Amino acid sequence: MRYVISRKKMHNPLLQKLQELSGQNVFDCYQCGNCSSGCAVVEYMDIKPNQVLRLAQLGAIDEILASETIWICSTCLQCSSRCPKGIDVSRVMEAARTINLRQRIGVVEPTSVSQEDLKDVPPIVLVSVFRKLSG
Amino acid sequence: MSLAYYPGCTLKNHASHFEQSAIRAMEKLGMPMTEMKDWVCCGTVYSQTTDDLMLQLASIRNLLRAESQGIDELAVLCSMCYNTIRRAKDFIDSDKENLRKVNQFMYKEPLEYTGKVQVTHLLPILRDRITFEKVKEKVVNALTGLKVGAYYGCLLVRPEAYAIDDFEDPSIIEDLFTALGADSRAFPYRLECCGAYQTITRKDVTAKRTYELINSAWETGCETIVTSCPLCAFNLDQRQKLAQETFHTFRTMPVFYFTELMSIALGGGWDEDWVKLHEIDPRPLLREKGLLPEVRS
Repeated sequence: MRYVISRKKMHNPLLQKLQELSGQNVFDCYQCGNCSSGCAVVEYMDIKPNQVLRLAQLGAIDEILASETIWICSTCLQCSSRCPKGIDVSRVMEAARTINLRQRIGVVEPTSVSQEDLKDVPPIVLVSVFRKLSG
Repeated sequence: MSLAYYPGCTLKNHASHFEQSAIRAMEKLGMPMTEMKDWVCCGTVYSQTTDDLMLQLASIRNLLRAESQGIDELAVLCSMCYNTIRRAKDFIDSDKENLRKVNQFMYKEPLEYTGKVQVTHLLPILRDRITFEKVKEKVVNALTGLKVGAYYGCLLVRPEAYAIDDFEDPSIIEDLFTALGADSRAFPYRLECCGAYQTITRKDVTAKRTYELINSAWETGCETIVTSCPLCAFNLDQRQKLAQETFHTFRTMPVFYFTELMSIALGGGWDEDWVKLHEIDPRPLLREKGLLPEVRS
């Protein structure tokens, strides 16, 4: 992807928010790519987990918030368990989702669940989807 | 000696065979289980943001109630409940300020939450308290020749601090099934995500995950997969239909809760009613291995 680096963007207040909400220091990342190579659903992501961290370092939070990636991540914690620098990558994903969800962006509405799914799926699915994706 | 357990929402409906078979198996092992009273949903997923104490309340409420019922150790059957409650407990217990705040929400409860209750999954209890040698002695109906693939998924082994065994190379379920007389096979995808709640929001992702996971088990020579997570069980069993529609070469495989096969092996039997809760009928496999004595026409 194409991204123009600028000093102004590096001071993006949303970066601080992302780090606060996740409790992670994104500048710890040295781009080894372990998170992306272990991810079970990486093929569906438009930007890879290591790229999310690089973009965060550059202050490109809007790019992260607009990505498909943060919604594809289902918090399996493989990335977090393998990061040699101890970054909990899944917390960064969750923080990005949370920033969106608190502005009602990406919220899964209960009415969007099909009748067929409502009949089939166990409560554990419904509770987890609404806990994760309703803000 | 009785064991207090927390069932969680899905064990009362879609996974009632998980609960019932666990009760039967533990009865046979001489450690009957007693359900804790007045439990509520744990929230199913641990919330990972730093500022949301509210989302930890349900888990803590359960622990508080267990505490007030005189329970020292709470066994959890569902992987997701285990992970959520255990992590919520640590998050609150490790910070006095969190503990104080959380107790302010508990004004309707008889006691304050102090964090005394230990939380554990049923599998470590089998390994550490009952021991697999003892399990082996109690086997009356060995699962001889049954090629079982243990599926751990995410929440039994990650994060590392809460893993019930080695987080990259666990063997606890394999060891259990070896003790039960089965042919345990570690398949490569046993620690990979099943797609979790994407089963509603991104069905294509779940279908592909199911396809890959089941294929990996077939390729390792497994005939069935066992799990302890109702969400994994749903994705791996019920979503096989979807995987079959998407990938025409897909071959279906029966999926069990580990306790179902434990109940069979330990003489607790297998209930015909449990078939309804399976998408892929496991009876042909059980009959083939001589594990289903009464055959109904």
